[in-house]
Amino acid sequence: MRHEVRFSGFGGQGIILAAVILGRGAVMYDGKYAVQTQVYGPEARGGASMSAVIIDDDPILYPKVTAPDIYVIMSQEGFEKYGVTAAPGAVMLIDSDLVHSRPGCRYIEVPATREAKDVLKREIVANIIMLGALVEATGVVTQGAIEKAVLDSVPKGTEALNTKALQHGGGLVRGRDKG
Amino acid sequence: MAVKLPKAGGTFIQMEDEIAGIAAVIGASWTGMRAMTATSGPGFSLMMENIGFAIMTETPCVIVNIQRGGPSTGQPTMAAQGDMLQCRFGSHGDYSIIALSPASVQEMYDLTAKAFDLADRFRVPVFLMADEIIGHMRERIEIPDAVPHGERRAADRGVLPFAAGPDDIPGFTTFGKGYRVHVTGLTHDERGYPATTSPKIHEDLVMRLVRKVEDRRHEIADYEVVNPDAEVIFVTYGAPARSVSQVLHDDADPRIGHLRLRLVWPFPDSAIRSFPDAKVFLVPELNLGQIAREIERHTTVEVRSLPKIGGDLHTPRELAEASGRCIAP
Amino acid sequence: MTFLEWFRADRLPHIYCTGCGNGTVINCTLSAVDELGWDPDRCVFISGIGCSSRAPGYIITDSLHTTHGRALAFATGVKMADPTLHVVVFTGDGDLAAIGGNHFIHACRRNIDLTVVCMNNQIYGMTGGQGSPTTPVGGISTTTPYGSAEPAFDLCALAVAAGANYVTRWTTYHVKELTKAVHAGLTHPGLSFIEVFVQCPTNYGRRNRFKQVSDQIEFLKTHSMIRQKAERIRGEGGQVKDGTIEIGEFVKRSRPAMGVVK
Repeated sequence: MRHEVRFSGFGGQGIILAAVILGRGAVMYDGKYAVQTQVYGPEARGGASMSAVIIDDDPILYPKVTAPDIYVIMSQEGFEKYGVTAAPGAVMLIDSDLVHSRPGCRYIEVPATREAKDVLKREIVANIIMLGALVEATGVVTQGAIEKAVLDSVPKGTEALNTKALQHGGGLVRGRDKG
Repeated sequence: MAVKLPKAGGTFIQMEDEIAGIAAVIGASWTGMRAMTATSGPGFSLMMENIGFAIMTETPCVIVNIQRGGPSTGQPTMAAQGDMLQCRFGSHGDYSIIALSPASVQEMYDLTAKAFDLADRFRVPVFLMADEIIGHMRERIEIPDAVPHGERRAADRGVLPFAAGPDDIPGFTTFGKGYRVHVTGLTHDERGYPATTSPKIHEDLVMRLVRKVEDRRHEIADYEVVNPDAEVIFVTYGAPARSVSQVLHDDADPRIGHLRLRLVWPFPDSAIRSFPDAKVFLVPELNLGQIAREIERHTTVEVRSLPKIGGDLHTPRELAEASGRCIAP
Repeated sequence: MTFLEWFRADRLPHIYCTGCGNGTVINCTLSAVDELGWDPDRCVFISGIGCSSRAPGYIITDSLHTTHGRALAFATGVKMADPTLHVVVFTGDGDLAAIGGNHFIHACRRNIDLTVVCMNNQIYGMTGGQGSPTTPVGGISTTTPYGSAEPAFDLCALAVAAGANYVTRWTTYHVKELTKAVHAGLTHPGLSFIEVFVQCPTNYGRRNRFKQVSDQIEFLKTHSMIRQKAERIRGEGGQVKDGTIEIGEFVKRSRPAMGVVK
């Protein structure tokens, strides 16, 4: 089963890192194949940054995302540039305070940045909250895989904070209608 | 490299520009070390003169080029394959080099190791001609515990430093080992001494530099053949290979074949003959047909270039349509 | 050994013109190397392009005759890959200060453990006498037929500013001092820069009113002044005549250096 996940937000939110962690979880801990790509260049810093992950049970041939079935959108500009074209069958996780628009496809509102600030007291973990929500809502990788991949990827000394952020993100969407 | 090389007992140095980068690589190589540099776009152009020096002095070295859109500063973060002829012909004079083209992160690893082996064996610069897509993406890779590698053959004592045996490749005279070798970019005799006005010495030297690579092009050829009985054959290297693999995966039509080159230079002309029933070769490249032109030199079959520039990769759909147009209904 | 034994006899005759000063510089350099008793098998001489850069080809050690201006970059690679080798670079004013200017300042900045001997003949001697970055104002060359209008580079000041550990200037008249200076440079850690004003009778001298080779050497003798003396004159409010070649040691210091065997 091929999944195409597209992340977008603004520079500094850890959009790229979130994608790298997701791909790492799939490959290293779920035994799947993954390709992670991203938009480079100065445009990707100030403006909308974008990264994509393809996850598949079989080797991935064409490495570019064609029709994402999962979106993680963390800025209005990111939505306009990379989210607005989402196909009707896709699912989109939206940082509900930062994105004003809503897509035509099914979407899940996750107030990741606010929760990071208010609950975890560190805005920087908003991307990890998003990852927690993403995995809880879609099961695109296993819980165990994302937990280990997060621990592999975050700076020493921040493991507990990030694990908490991941679990908190899961909790924000748990029990929601997955339809 | 800056992070990993010192931990592995190597030396990393950031030079002031690409000209100095390749110069330092060549200098390091003469101490017997394996040395490489990596660049893209204008940096590759800057290296051209010293690449010629490495060719003339038969200095083993590896140059990685993550190709991007040009000419000039062009598209610094977008994919291209526009330097395939530059790596072959970009320095002045006649010569031959070896160029490899990875189509995955795994091959980025495997072919880098192979590049060093080829550089050491042939005493020639070896290019790893990747593109931004392959160079920037992350994907699953398996790293072996050890990479077996060949040795640079040392020159026999008492033999002139640039005298080659039947394989046309002189043994290496590492600095500091008592060879007392003079290495010059000038045309030189077998002693390594400048001999710049003898037509014969120049012709003998340049012909040997070309021959030592070109005469072994079949032996070192590295390619994959899918559906050798096919009529419509895609020929690829680098990222477009992935799109073609997707086409063949999605529609297993035996009439469509794929020749995927991992080694592009010296051009493995025999690979073209792997498809005796070929009616057309389709060559998707992220340039305006640089290797398509080379293929045309080696076949009477129609060669159709499928160029794409600007940074996007050919989509499987575009390529399926292109092959569909060639297949009789 | 003597310095003579460091030459490749089978390379003679050399390409230098009658009266050229480069041979003097090579002899002084090899004398200093020889005095140190260095093993020829552990020395590497490196150069770029130009008359100066042919020198390594006449020396019995391993040698690398590279591309125009890039000798220091090649030498950096050699030295960083094997710091136990003694690496000496021969260069000229065009090679070092024009096409190779960037590598020059960066090699000084890194303060890499090389000895750099620059034969400054104030002209492109090999290629037909074009003006170089050190051709003095008013100097005649094929590209400055009415006299050079461009100010010249002070290579020693440049080397000092860029960070070289040892910087000195002499002329081909000062063979004893030059030999001592090279000796000091070879043994001092970090980048040692030895600039030598040399006569080029073929392309500089004959265009600039030096009828005989000896006239130019006489000029180097009479127009050079020990740097400390020049500074004293200036310090006392006096004036040092324009065009004076200030010779002697510019700096000897112990900035952190690269490529030094601990």
